[in-house]
Amino acid sequence: MLHSGNMTETQAIGATRGASPVRLTHLQRLEAESIHILREVVAEAERPVMLYSIGKDSAVMLHLARKAFYPAPPPFPLLHVDTTWKFRAMYDLRDKAARDAGMALLVHKNPEAEALGINPFDHGGRHTDMWKTEGLKQALDQYGFDAAFGGARRDEEKSRAKERVFSFRTASHRWDPKNQRPELWHLYNARKHKGESIRVFPLSNWTELDIWQYILAEAIEIVPLYFAAPRPTVERDGLILMVDDDRFRLHPGEVPVERSVRFRTLGCYPLTGAVESRADTLEAVIQEMLLTTTSERQGRAIDHDQAASMEKKKQEGYF
Amino acid sequence: MTSYRPDALIASDISAYLQLHQNKSLLRFITCGSVDDGKSTLIGRLLYDSKMIFEDQLASLESDSKRLGTQGQEIDFALLVDGLAAEREQGITIDVAYRFFATEKRKFIVADTPGHEQYTRNMATGASTADLAVILIDARKGVLTQTRRHSYLCHLLGIRHIVLAVNKMDLIGYDRATYDAIVADYRAFAESIGIAGFAPIPISGFRGDNITGPSANTPWYEGPALLEHLEAVEIDADADAVRPFRLPVQWVNRPNLDFRGFAGMIAAGTIRPGDKVRILPSGQTTEVARIVAFGGDKAEAVAGESVTITLADEVDCSRGDVIAAADAPPQVADQFQATIVWMDQAEMLPGRAYWLKLGTQTVSATVQPPRHAVCVNTMAELSVKTLGLNDIGVAEVYTDRGVVFEPYADGKDLGGFILIDKATNATVAAGMLNFALRRAQNVHWQAVEINREAHARQKHQAPRLLWFTGLSGSGKSTIANLVEKRLHALGKHSFLLDGDNIRHGLNRDLGFTDADRIENIRRVGEVARLMTDAGLIVLTAFISPFRAERELVRKLLPEGEFFEIFVDTPLEVAEARDVKGLYKKARAGQIANFTGISSPYEAPQDPEIRVDTTRETPEAAAERIVEAIMGTWSPVI
Repeated sequence: MLHSGNMTETQAIGATRGASPVRLTHLQRLEAESIHILREVVAEAERPVMLYSIGKDSAVMLHLARKAFYPAPPPFPLLHVDTTWKFRAMYDLRDKAARDAGMALLVHKNPEAEALGINPFDHGGRHTDMWKTEGLKQALDQYGFDAAFGGARRDEEKSRAKERVFSFRTASHRWDPKNQRPELWHLYNARKHKGESIRVFPLSNWTELDIWQYILAEAIEIVPLYFAAPRPTVERDGLILMVDDDRFRLHPGEVPVERSVRFRTLGCYPLTGAVESRADTLEAVIQEMLLTTTSERQGRAIDHDQAASMEKKKQEGYF
Repeated sequence: MTSYRPDALIASDISAYLQLHQNKSLLRFITCGSVDDGKSTLIGRLLYDSKMIFEDQLASLESDSKRLGTQGQEIDFALLVDGLAAEREQGITIDVAYRFFATEKRKFIVADTPGHEQYTRNMATGASTADLAVILIDARKGVLTQTRRHSYLCHLLGIRHIVLAVNKMDLIGYDRATYDAIVADYRAFAESIGIAGFAPIPISGFRGDNITGPSANTPWYEGPALLEHLEAVEIDADADAVRPFRLPVQWVNRPNLDFRGFAGMIAAGTIRPGDKVRILPSGQTTEVARIVAFGGDKAEAVAGESVTITLADEVDCSRGDVIAAADAPPQVADQFQATIVWMDQAEMLPGRAYWLKLGTQTVSATVQPPRHAVCVNTMAELSVKTLGLNDIGVAEVYTDRGVVFEPYADGKDLGGFILIDKATNATVAAGMLNFALRRAQNVHWQAVEINREAHARQKHQAPRLLWFTGLSGSGKSTIANLVEKRLHALGKHSFLLDGDNIRHGLNRDLGFTDADRIENIRRVGEVARLMTDAGLIVLTAFISPFRAERELVRKLLPEGEFFEIFVDTPLEVAEARDVKGLYKKARAGQIANFTGISSPYEAPQDPEIRVDTTRETPEAAAERIVEAIMGTWSPVI
């Protein structure tokens, strides 16, 4: 093929291959795959719901849902399984995000945990177990949801590398590792018996960097806690914890210190470690992330409880 | 060691770095080989060299390497990707693990399949989404049976790019003659099974030779290093963009009466507003009006994108249909020859009906006895009667209605399918359509088909089957009659099947033994299904005592159309009412096999609607049932 003299290099490449000049980037491909998954569930499930944890992955997942069903609002509600111990800034964004998307927001608090006053200071692992694991099961049963979107990614942890996009749960919400279905091409088998449910992970193939880049490219609103700011903190067991409200129990002699910190992941504030940082823009956060030397989950106290804890929690019904 | 993350640019100009990475492409590949070939070491090396490993992971890697590693005091990269110990103890099958890394030019997703007994199934799964395969060979061992098996499976799944990574070159002193002999050996085999070309690369995953850049140890090798090659290879979806347009319709977006968008992932081609398209299988033609997107309409969309388009004319189009280039539409057929990879412990039952899912279409299909199976080690054709776990065979597949398809070699999205067991819902097989059988190709598809949707649309309703079950005298017929009257008043088209109009005619040859009761319900179910095909709301009032038969009928119907209504009246209450005096006769032994007395009633465990007749009047129950049905009313698309 002959090139005309004033053709740019890109055009010339497109022309010689006879291909369209449009070529999808990795983010466009990931987006298309996630949207495909979201739509497939809506087409095949009876009562889908999106689990919304208010973190950056949830923010991306919600944004993808809005794109997938535009101009309609996403045809399912958001569900927040609340532990009552999230950062205050998270609750603010939660209500706004649901409003902006035109979606119903369901908030479930395990009444049993509420009655017993389960909290991260006195109850350790039971806190996560009762508020999150049990709370999630209760909410799914109460509303009869048969498919729940979650924002987990395969790059988060070794045991998730082999997790399916469609993960099947028995009627009692147990994950049976031997009974998961092979996923070929873009084909997902969503058929299930009454009472069984599916957890669906549209972000399976995204990495932490992909999430950040997408937030930047699409200007997605995230909780301000991801950006560095002076915050009252204490240091305990190697974690920097933020004193977010007056329920935080200070040890004798412990005095909150103002540090410039940000959070790499968000959960219950007394369990979530901050990192000292001055990164107060998205670019600066990504820069730090790329230059950092520790993996994302280190800030979560939950993993340190026991080896292979994620695997165990997953079998019990936690995400 | 070459770094694939330019830390200098990250530190000095993050915006420039992000701009660069914004435009990366995505390549998915699969690695084939066993741990002995150094596969895990190679993947670990790729992650390590592209800095996808953090300090805390590295620290645990270093301590693990000293404790468990096979490389003395040096870092054992294999430990990065090997499955969890706990997992192995529990005997959990690690089938396909996905890993991620990126270089300056591309993001990569690696499908890693461990090489144990479930190999065929796992490799087929990993290969189905791969653009490229890295076939690992131990330079000391050369082309082995497993090399042939891996290559055959990759070729079968349509992977167009194959890299022959001759690994452990350090252990043969980087000997060129040995390498050349292995490549020649492989070339002969590859040509024999139809692999058009491959890229051989001499590497050492352990030492890092020819992984990220040229190695001084192999001056005689002039080709690219492994990562350089992975960065340059053409991606399948880019090739798909120049094929004729195909959009399998996944979901119809109808937020209001003025908007009707067709959503799906473009399987092939490029689309612009104004392009002429044909809807398959109906054959109607129209034009693309808009490509609707969140940030504003788009001027163009290509293969691999998930889009929502609107059409210029009001045409029938719903999930499962394919919107295609008007002048180059795909075929529609209902009989095929296919290559099938069996993936379930339970072997294939020729003639049994499975769900076949292809693109967004789900149909009922039967597989004929295999013409032959293929031995994955020798590629020899074997004579077999069926296919078991990990078997690959060629067989004819018949579907209960036309399927819009392309031969797998032309397009994976409209040529690849899965089979689903109707009872267990397990994915039991993956298949690739080779071609339509001649007799099926001759089926002429009319532009307008009078199908069940058309029948229902004419009646302005969605078909339903309201299946009333309960003991004799529980009140089934009473409530069903009230429901039908109410539906009639609402202008709905319905029909009630009960003992009076079925037992005296269609089923007068049947008695009350268990076998006859099962056959009775089977026939009622089939008749009810035909009536729903005609667009009717069907009500049935039969004791239907066995759970299995009620479930059988449920499965006859599309999901959401079957409503099990349990008229729950305790035996003593029904017996006290004894409207027809039947219980009295049964107690006196004058009626054999009477449900509740001398034959069991299996109550529904999870009915759509339960009516407790001791607490609710028939009128109230009927009203509630109608409301429940109307509440789930989805307008026919």
